[in-house]
Amino acid sequence: MRVSMDIELKDTPGQLVLALQPISETNGNIQSVVHCHDKRTPRGTVPIHVVFEVEKEGLEEVIRRIEANDVIVARVDEKRLHEQMSVMLIGHIVHTDIRETIDAVDSTGYAEIVDLTLSMPEVKKVSSAFMVIAADGENGLTSALNILRTTAVEKGLLVIEPIKENAIWM
Amino acid sequence: MIGLTFRISIIGFGAVGQGVAKVLLRKREMFQNNGMDIKVVAIADSMSSLISSEGIDLEKALQAKKTSGRIGNEINTGDSALEVIEGVDHELMVEATPTDIKTGEPALTHILTALGSGKHVVTSNKGPLIHKHAALMNTARDNDVLLRYEATVGGAMPIINLIQENLASNTIHRIEGILNGTCNYILTRMADEGLDYHYALLEAQELGIAEKDPSYDVMGIDAASKLVILANTAYGNNATFDDVQITGITEVTPEALELADKNGYTIRLVGEAGKDLLTVAPKLVSKKHPLAIRGTLNIATIHTDLSKTITVSGPGAGSIETASAILSDIIHVYRRHGEHRV
Repeated sequence: MRVSMDIELKDTPGQLVLALQPISETNGNIQSVVHCHDKRTPRGTVPIHVVFEVEKEGLEEVIRRIEANDVIVARVDEKRLHEQMSVMLIGHIVHTDIRETIDAVDSTGYAEIVDLTLSMPEVKKVSSAFMVIAADGENGLTSALNILRTTAVEKGLLVIEPIKENAIWM
Repeated sequence: MIGLTFRISIIGFGAVGQGVAKVLLRKREMFQNNGMDIKVVAIADSMSSLISSEGIDLEKALQAKKTSGRIGNEINTGDSALEVIEGVDHELMVEATPTDIKTGEPALTHILTALGSGKHVVTSNKGPLIHKHAALMNTARDNDVLLRYEATVGGAMPIINLIQENLASNTIHRIEGILNGTCNYILTRMADEGLDYHYALLEAQELGIAEKDPSYDVMGIDAASKLVILANTAYGNNATFDDVQITGITEVTPEALELADKNGYTIRLVGEAGKDLLTVAPKLVSKKHPLAIRGTLNIATIHTDLSKTITVSGPGAGSIETASAILSDIIHVYRRHGEHRV
């Protein structure tokens, strides 16, 4: 999961390492560090904002180790399913038990369908579904998509997958 | 190089072959100004052939084809093309017969024969390159001649030579593109007007954008063929048609396009070529993404290590557009041929 954390450092050299080392020691993956050198908290400490990914079980240990280094953890905000992907289905989605299709992804524990829009033109015509899958990382997203692909083949549905997005276009 | 006379044959005189004759006529002045002497000494279509060592009057040949459906003397012995390739002295053959996706013939034999007899080849025919990419390249190399095929993918859109020359320093990670203008037109119309697939197809057929039998386009076969050629060009991995996972556009509905649109997306038939994975399928494309291209245009994005991401687009079909790619290849060969002789 992705964790966003505000921490406070003493205004002396070598403090940042004390704050970040516990994250990498616990196999966390640091994604961004914003270090506001010129700002001070009312306590006279330097505020740092750090975003990292870590296994759910590892977070408590990260916090414990950071605090053991005499660094203040001021706020922790965790987001479990932070990777999202849009995907569409075309076919007899409702009549092939849409709930079961959704459950196949939701029951994984690492991915969920977090948004669903349906278009059902006429009874005999095929329906379309636009869905957003959220997962705990790239791998979770790929696995969820694979589940959806398998389910779609079984039910005779067409999956419209997204192209691989490239950051430079966005 | 100046003053070098370059004799070419045009094998196949349908839309593309005639387009080549037309652009050669249109660019006559440019050739003269550059001191380039390019003349067509033979034309062969499925029924007849026309040969002139002095150079064929292309205007007359085009007129004859228009009025009688053939260009010259009827040949009863079978393949007039092979007689031209083997029997007429020339430096370069343009292979512009229709693509046969299953066997690559007769173009494959035409090209191998021409290369084997020391002639350069420029082609718009996908068939041979889908089946025997490596063998064709090796034959060209062994005979010290060039085989150019820019016109096989994306019509006028430059991509083959872009990969081979301009991006030669790069490792290519992935290519994705919209390689079939007919499908793109149909999907664009379905999205814009809420048209049913069959209705949009009818419209495309009436406009001459889709063939009477549209299956080659709408089932994704044409896009898959181009993808195979791109993969072989970029990765040299001898991919064949059977390596491509193909899904066409026939099951896409206007309701699906509308739903995609409401969420900031559209649906396009996208071909993707990685080193180990070739797919053609309708994909969700953000409306802000360059691949959300409209109408009959083609587009391709090449993801590389050094140059990062390069995107090209242009008209993917059309007689003159395709002929423009062939002519550029002819000029390239002309220049190289001249350098060799100096």
